[in-house]
Amino acid sequence: MTPTPTTNRAPAAPAGTATPDRAQPSHTGWRRPRRVSLGNAATPYLFLLVPLALLAVFTYVPVANMFWYSVTSWNGLSPTKEYVGADNYVEIFTRPELFRVFWVSLYYVGASFFQLAAALYFATILSFNVRFRNLFKGILFFPYLINGVAIGMIFLYFFTPGGTLDTALGLIGADGISRQWLGDPDTVNFSLAGTSVWRYMGLNFVLFLGAIQSIPHHLYEAAQIDGANRWHQFRYIILPGIRPIIGLSFILAISGSLAVFEIPYIMLQGANGSETFVIQTVNMAFKFHKIGLASAMAVVLLVIILLITWLQRRIVPDEKVNLS
Amino acid sequence: MRKLGASSLLAAALVLSACGGGDDDNAQGGTISGEITVLTQRTDIVDTVFQEYKKKFEAKYPGTNVKFEGITDYEGEVRIRMNTKDYGDVLLIPNSVTADQFPTFFEPLGSLAEMKSKYRFATEKAFQDKVYGIAITGNAQGFVYNKAIWQQAGITAPPTTPQDFVAALQAIKDKTEAIPLYTNYKDGWPLTQWEGNRGGVSADPDAVNKLTTDDAPWAEGKEHFIIDSLLFDAVKAGLTEDDPTTTNWENSKNLIATGKVATMMLGSWAIIQMQQVAKNKADIGYLPFPYQTNGKFHSTMGGDYNNAVNINSDNKATARAWVDWFANESNYAVDQGGIAPLIDAKVPETLADFTAAGVELLELNPAPAGQEGLVSRIDTAGEVGLFEPTYRQRLVDAGRGAKKETKEQIFADLNKRWAEARAKTS
Repeated sequence: MTPTPTTNRAPAAPAGTATPDRAQPSHTGWRRPRRVSLGNAATPYLFLLVPLALLAVFTYVPVANMFWYSVTSWNGLSPTKEYVGADNYVEIFTRPELFRVFWVSLYYVGASFFQLAAALYFATILSFNVRFRNLFKGILFFPYLINGVAIGMIFLYFFTPGGTLDTALGLIGADGISRQWLGDPDTVNFSLAGTSVWRYMGLNFVLFLGAIQSIPHHLYEAAQIDGANRWHQFRYIILPGIRPIIGLSFILAISGSLAVFEIPYIMLQGANGSETFVIQTVNMAFKFHKIGLASAMAVVLLVIILLITWLQRRIVPDEKVNLS
Repeated sequence: MRKLGASSLLAAALVLSACGGGDDDNAQGGTISGEITVLTQRTDIVDTVFQEYKKKFEAKYPGTNVKFEGITDYEGEVRIRMNTKDYGDVLLIPNSVTADQFPTFFEPLGSLAEMKSKYRFATEKAFQDKVYGIAITGNAQGFVYNKAIWQQAGITAPPTTPQDFVAALQAIKDKTEAIPLYTNYKDGWPLTQWEGNRGGVSADPDAVNKLTTDDAPWAEGKEHFIIDSLLFDAVKAGLTEDDPTTTNWENSKNLIATGKVATMMLGSWAIIQMQQVAKNKADIGYLPFPYQTNGKFHSTMGGDYNNAVNINSDNKATARAWVDWFANESNYAVDQGGIAPLIDAKVPETLADFTAAGVELLELNPAPAGQEGLVSRIDTAGEVGLFEPTYRQRLVDAGRGAKKETKEQIFADLNKRWAEARAKTS
């Protein structure tokens, strides 16, 4: 809540307006104020030019291209792209089996609730004075730093029959529950969703922890004086204090669940019923060379995610948090 | 936009001038010198064996400089790169590029009649009487197997029917510790090797072309039914690995070399790779697909990847020299245990088992004029994926009970897709 520095803005205002010109003493009469203000006004935009150009080249142009491909029957190779209008979209909505894979996403939606709860739990605990808290922070965040391919490989060995998981279960005498973690169609999506939780919980954890730590300390002290215990502090100070971050995490988690790709693709290439909508799209584009149809599927996914985000915002509106 | 127009004009002019040159090898013009870039899928030997090739080639043609680019995901990456003009001077034609697309991307190497007199497999990459690629090596199709294990199980002669084959696998399961048949399900592509048997089972060089007029390739008794049923039945009888989702291709070489796996369906290119890992080279052998026509085994032999010249290359003369040199003098095919593309080359030692079993090798006929690439187009339109692992993974899943589907249901679905796609593809 520190006041925004006025030095940047003041010169931008045309001389002679009501804005007090604190940064520019008026006695520098030899300089033409207007030109100075123009140059200064342009500075932030000049800095923005590079990131914006990168954003346009690597995001907006490809996305625009995707929209264009989605109305063609392009095969990814031929020099001509034949315009087919809405045919691809009609095909998507007349083939219900293309949407069946969204059931797989439900496993990840379920997992993301668990993931957020666990992250919140750890973030709350580690925001208090706990021994080795920095070590634990590191341990919890570490998986997020490993790249997805490596995680796929690690967990492939982890889930192999007689692999790490089975060995660990054997050590605690629970080898009765060991099974084909990836081979059994009833457990495969739990295994993969579990891997996803392991990977992404660290990120949620850090976001929550940062938000919790920005809550002013005197609130806890005041609460303690009023006789609040740790649970009360969590329920009435922390939870309302970080609501916007929780909301954001939910949006990211749900849209992430609908667009799962990396883990099931690297580990199983979508085999054995682990196929998600994005894997299906990639197969359509690069196995069956239907770039047009695949682009249309990508557009449909984008619209679905926007829709769900909008719904979520309608149901749980973003309220301004006032903590002091 | 203007720049694009100009360059496509240029490309068109190049095509025209190349065609105008007729069958003459020197149609490419220019002298053999300068630098060329060669794309290769052999990332494992690009820094060793290929460097030797480079030395020999540069010694034969002084003033040339060959640069290699090893590409791991060759199929996926090169197809995308072909949207630009920069896809090397010499490259291997990606399998997904259909014949009708050849003239857009590759320089013609000669007329079909002329190339056919010099090279095997010349018809495979031909379009409208022009040949666009020369095979780097050739393969037969069959099962790589561990002879010692099969002998332990008491089987000494190659099974001649799918039933015998499944019985043999059962004997291996009963009498040895080995996994009778390894699917390599997880890596996916090894499952596509099954498709290579088409033509060999029916002993019909036109088997693939006939797919364009067939509404039910998976109907009982037909070739695809026989090939895919063998896979399904083996899985169903529990003769494959327990958990197919955690297989590992690199490790499967060790498994078969050490006798932990008895059999794998792979092209003959794999024989030498398994032999290199095996303690006793003679343990690794090659079995034909268990099906006989007129009392004889048949196996298709086909080209592996084909070297081609990029139509946008600045140095076509040198690129062409490399393609010719690679086929005629590099000895790549023999070194890799494959069938050499030269017409008079002998059958390689790796296929000694085939010779002993009296397997007849046959080459598939090219598609008739006007139908080039039609099979691939039907395949992708119906999302069947003859050369994709998807539907065979589905068969394996159904066979081991992970999917509530029967073989008949899957085949019916495939037939339906094929028939529908065929109806709307021309």
